[in-house]
Amino acid sequence: MDTYLIPRISRLSLNVWRRNWDVFFKTYQVNFLPPFIEPVLYLLAIGFGLGMYVGEINGIPYVNYIAPALLAISIMNASFFECTYSSYVRMYYQKTFDAMIATPLSLDDVITGELLWGATRSLIYSSVMLLVLILFGVVDLPLSLLIIPFSFLAGLLFACIAMCFTAITPGIDALNYPAFLFITPMFLFSGTFFPLEVLPQTVQVIAVTLLPLTQLVIITRSLTLSSLSPLFFYSLLWIIMVTALCFILSLRLMRRRLIV
Amino acid sequence: MGGIICAETLTKTYGSLTAVDSISFSVQQGEMFGFLGPNGAGKTTIMRMIQCISPKTSGSLSVFDLDVTTHPREIKGKLGVLPQETNLDPDFTCFENLTNYARYFEIPKREAANRAEDLLSFVQLEEKRDVPIEKLSGGMKRRLLLARALINNPELLILDEPTIGLDPQGRHLIWEKLKSLQASGNTIVLTTHYLEEAERLCNRLVIMEGGKILVEGSPQDLISKYVGADILEVEHSRPVIDCLDTMPVRYEIFGDIVQVHTDKPREIAKELFERCNPGRVYARQATLEDVFLKLTGRILRE
Repeated sequence: MDTYLIPRISRLSLNVWRRNWDVFFKTYQVNFLPPFIEPVLYLLAIGFGLGMYVGEINGIPYVNYIAPALLAISIMNASFFECTYSSYVRMYYQKTFDAMIATPLSLDDVITGELLWGATRSLIYSSVMLLVLILFGVVDLPLSLLIIPFSFLAGLLFACIAMCFTAITPGIDALNYPAFLFITPMFLFSGTFFPLEVLPQTVQVIAVTLLPLTQLVIITRSLTLSSLSPLFFYSLLWIIMVTALCFILSLRLMRRRLIV
Repeated sequence: MGGIICAETLTKTYGSLTAVDSISFSVQQGEMFGFLGPNGAGKTTIMRMIQCISPKTSGSLSVFDLDVTTHPREIKGKLGVLPQETNLDPDFTCFENLTNYARYFEIPKREAANRAEDLLSFVQLEEKRDVPIEKLSGGMKRRLLLARALINNPELLILDEPTIGLDPQGRHLIWEKLKSLQASGNTIVLTTHYLEEAERLCNRLVIMEGGKILVEGSPQDLISKYVGADILEVEHSRPVIDCLDTMPVRYEIFGDIVQVHTDKPREIAKELFERCNPGRVYARQATLEDVFLKLTGRILRE
């Protein structure tokens, strides 16, 4: 029983990552389009359109204010949706995990590979988006470049959270619940398009202590505006700790689901 | 006991259900060993335990003299698995399916490509090399799965229903491939519902029911032990039964036919025709199917 509880992770998990990488680049034309198009649309519609009326927030042009939030949202969406719907399809419909664990790969290797891939996808998407934002001149250099390595860590956080949902969902439709009840509210209430200070005190506290996206926005905004505060380090620590916790939890839940 | 696979009082329970009930068996180097039994007999559960993907509840199970609980990676590296359910990777072509799978065994890229080409020709799919999986017929998918199971040059092949859903041509092709694999020294373990398949292929087999092994032996031994060499099938009627009761033979009634188990079909048939007006009498060799039905009954299981 004791040996059962120890995670069995090896470098073979990188071959699971590689499988997803290969599939991604088979259809790269389709996969690279969203991170190019999305920020342009948001910048034009919300940044420049709505921004005309908003003007500035805390002395920052509105379009510069939302640019880091767009990066944070893209990090969140890329890995969350990869490790919920896409992982579920591979696990349940395609039986890809079954095929993998019939080889020297352990289930922990498979899940770890999936999580690393989810994080990689966040890195790819946010890097492409960062390039667009740099071209628009709405983010500071060179500090904004730190978002590239950060997006892998933050992507891993959302990958691990997503994998926990995937491990307990009764079916693919039930994954709509975390998507609508967890991701969508965060998208709006994590200091993304307006400052948290305008919200009631309790909501502010919840957002800063519990919502993962709030931590991402704090960090990306600190970097794109070149203004570090103690909150930056709090959020970084928060992300590292919750990622570690959700990583272990997702492995455990997946074992419970698949090893019978 | 020795052997490639060794199970002693192996048990697997799911909650209150005992899927595998304290069974013992061993599989020897180079043999083709079959697990037969109706649905729910526990065959697939045993295959999954041998593959180290389903933990045993109690008893012992070793493969290549390694314990399945403590050495799953080492064991799985030397296994080739053909699953019951197709789990080819739909995002890849045939060739990519093989080379991608090879990576999980850490086979170097060039070596993997060479093996993939060889295996595609072994299962006669060279022409489908760059075709996506969804374009393959059921038989082709099955053959590609066999090729994939062979990518790591396994010492032991685990085949769960290798010819399920195949047409006769597809089935014969797989049989031919399995025989040539055995001839080249592979040990093969298979489950099947097709008794003809087991009779043709297996050196030894067990018939299971309700998680237990009912009998074990070679197909011929089981047939002669439980049924006899030949079977006469006679139309079921009162006079025929009365007649048979006076003869020194074993018979069983299945609906409108009576099966007589005998080693002397000619004599018995002659006597039937002379004495009891049997209508039609049909003589045939006994098969494993007769053994199977005799031991596991004719009740339909879902």
